[in-house]
Amino acid sequence: MMLLAVNVDLQTDATLQVDISDALSERDKVKFTVHTKSTLPNFKQNEFSVVRQHEEFIWLHDSFVENEEYAGYIIPPAPPRPDFDASREKLQKLGEGEGSMTKEEFTKMKQELEAEYLAIFKKTVAMHEVFLCRVAAHPVLRKDLNFHVFLEYNQDLSVRGKNKKERLEDFFKNVVKSADGVLVAGVKDVDDFFEHEKTFLLEYHNRVKEASAKSDRKIRSHKNAADDINRIASTLYTLGTQDSTDLCKFFLKVSELFEKTRKIEARVAADEDLKLADLLKYYLRESQAAKDLLYRRGRALVDYENANKALDKARAKNKDVLQAETTQQVCCQKFEKISESAKQELIDFKTRRVAAFRKNLVELAELELKHAKGNLQLLQSCLGVLKGDT
Amino acid sequence: MSEEREPPPLPGAAQTVFPEPQDAEDLFVSAASAMESPEAACLSAEDISPSSNGPRDDDPDDLFAEATEEVSLDSPERQPILSDGPSPAITPVTPVMISPRVDVFDRSPDQDEDEEENRDTFDIQISVSDPEKVGDGMNAYMVYKVTTKTSLSIFSRDEVCVKRRFSDFLGLYSKLASKYMHMGYIVPPAPEKSIVGMTKVKVGKEDLSSVEFVEKRRSALERYLLRTVKHPALLKDPDVLQFLESSELPRAVSTQALSGAGILRMVNKAADAVNKMTIKMNESDAWFEEKQQQFENLDVQLRKLHASVESLVCHRKELSVNTASFAKSAAMLGNSEDHTALSRALSQLAEVEEKIDQLHQDQSYADFYLISELLGDYVRLITAVKGVFDQRMKAWAKWQDAQVMLQRKREAEAKLQYANKPDKLQQATDEIREEIEEWEGKVQQGERDFEQISKNIRREVGRFEKDRVKDFRVVIIKYLESLVHTQQQLIKYWEAFLPEAKAIA
Repeated sequence: MMLLAVNVDLQTDATLQVDISDALSERDKVKFTVHTKSTLPNFKQNEFSVVRQHEEFIWLHDSFVENEEYAGYIIPPAPPRPDFDASREKLQKLGEGEGSMTKEEFTKMKQELEAEYLAIFKKTVAMHEVFLCRVAAHPVLRKDLNFHVFLEYNQDLSVRGKNKKERLEDFFKNVVKSADGVLVAGVKDVDDFFEHEKTFLLEYHNRVKEASAKSDRKIRSHKNAADDINRIASTLYTLGTQDSTDLCKFFLKVSELFEKTRKIEARVAADEDLKLADLLKYYLRESQAAKDLLYRRGRALVDYENANKALDKARAKNKDVLQAETTQQVCCQKFEKISESAKQELIDFKTRRVAAFRKNLVELAELELKHAKGNLQLLQSCLGVLKGDT
Repeated sequence: MSEEREPPPLPGAAQTVFPEPQDAEDLFVSAASAMESPEAACLSAEDISPSSNGPRDDDPDDLFAEATEEVSLDSPERQPILSDGPSPAITPVTPVMISPRVDVFDRSPDQDEDEEENRDTFDIQISVSDPEKVGDGMNAYMVYKVTTKTSLSIFSRDEVCVKRRFSDFLGLYSKLASKYMHMGYIVPPAPEKSIVGMTKVKVGKEDLSSVEFVEKRRSALERYLLRTVKHPALLKDPDVLQFLESSELPRAVSTQALSGAGILRMVNKAADAVNKMTIKMNESDAWFEEKQQQFENLDVQLRKLHASVESLVCHRKELSVNTASFAKSAAMLGNSEDHTALSRALSQLAEVEEKIDQLHQDQSYADFYLISELLGDYVRLITAVKGVFDQRMKAWAKWQDAQVMLQRKREAEAKLQYANKPDKLQQATDEIREEIEEWEGKVQQGERDFEQISKNIRREVGRFEKDRVKDFRVVIIKYLESLVHTQQQLIKYWEAFLPEAKAIA
């Protein structure tokens, strides 16, 4: 369960530890068992578990986003919706096509699809867990009341998914927000740090998106090739059992070899998916969250500057000066508060990012080496046997 | 023909014919007497007994006893199956049907062994190279250089270079098939035409796909020639020699798909298919039934394997392209990353992925040229093998048909006994006698042909299977070695990258 690809260096101290200890996949939903260990006085017990569904995670995330107090923080990105549709479809197709293949082929394919299903399942659990760990590790967010309710309240939170009207509203909100985002981004920042971050994040986010899409395609091709090798192994086996010449032993041996190497190839694709593709996907979402932070700060800056202008106007006209002053002060405070925490957040983001990439790239290289060496050994030993036979 | 009557020569193996004159004599005598005195229209019971007409696999004595009449091998029905080329040289090793019967039955099992030994000292190298485009537009064609290096004496020189175009190869196959297939020889098929592929080349597209197409074709033509000369009979065939040696070759026009000959071929193929369905052969030899089933199974599996390998080639090419694309995006990401060490590591990752993409591409070529093409060749070869079994069925059917005709003629002769036109009787009796003689000859020939083709097929299949084992072994080992190389390279690349990743601080 501990596929914490990106969960590096999160200060999991004894005061609050969260993990997903179990998960159950039902018809069209996944039930996560969220397990908490804490010495904080806020909780009734030191250790407890509740069952949560995906919609409740989203509710928690959205409540952070909508909370003005947290405007100056990078809100940990929400975990993606569990998507077993493709996998379920494949299993269904397999069931329908059962009559057209041999028993061995059917069993083999079933095992693979089940393994794929399990892998997707593990991934979705990991991503939900990472979200909770990020929140638990954040000095401010961990104290959030909604978070504690999420962790402790052992009844259903009655959070229903958004209905059509609400989803439409969200859609328009996003359109407005991105339009506004463009306007806000256009405003040059006096602070070099933030100006640099703005340019950097924009480009970085786009490049991560590219790389993520390309790595997905690459891994898919790899899986397809492994599937072909699987079919080749099966046919070679049949040839081996049918052949009347010396080739029968040959075919059987090579079939056995390909069975093993294709398992390795499938593992290579799976590991690349885990260490590289998932990493890129995660940082795609995190860099978006960082961009959102910059947007909020930019918005606050624009509001502050507008408030200043309004104050000057009010003073000039000598009308509603007090009100203008209050507004200006509020905007100023808001802006400065966001700026202060945003700077630290962005620095932390970089640290986390570098650490995550380092860990994953090292592990990726180590796994690639392990698999290549395993493959090589299988190939060489088979070659030795085959050459010796002739 | 009756003047040249002599006892049939003895085949090396079938020594038992004469030692048992008892049964043989009866038929011998009655048949001989029938020939000597055409007037004696009385047929002895033995002559029209069913046993003398049916397949005589279990009674070799009677088989040869009946063959009192010498049927010349130059009879008219032989001509159409001869090639349009010059008549082949007659050597003891060449079992061509045109030579006197002596050679045909002189093929002892010992000679088969000799042939195998000769093949071990097989010394001929053929290469097809230097494809050149000749002409322009839709009339353009590719010309290939065919180089033969050999120490065999049948060739006039040690080393010969000629220029040939694709239709020349097809023409060669066409000639060889028409000469040898009906005898049960497995003639290696020529590579297939490809209208799409050739059109691209004609139109002058210098892109990767037409270059690949030409290379694929060149390689296929080379394999075709090598397989052809590996066959001991084909190697000595004058058409093959002419193809390899003579600088000018008459253009093989009949190979064009829509030519008259092409259409005739299609019609014949269709007729054959119908015939195949209607011929129900009494297979008395389990070997043939077994072998046919084995080849049927092999065909199914090889086709399946070929399809999977083609899919693998395709996916590996895709993988190579996608890896290259990812490498570029990783390089871009590295560029925009503002942490220096991580930026450098990402650039290194991009380089590794680029090298790996080249590796995948090379591997996909190996997948293709080693395995996929071999499987494709064998799928076509097995079609040729199945064709040869069909020829045997046709020979059997011809023999059976001849027996039916003979029976009819004999019945007609018997009927004449009861006709009451004495003046016409003599003439009719003479005619029917002649016809009976003719059909008796055809029956004997049919049986001989059937025996011969069965024998040839057994030998050919043995040779084919030996080659198949060798081919597959060699290719699969080569392929596994290519896979080994790929893994070794992968290890090299990732080992170089690992310290870079660890260096991120």
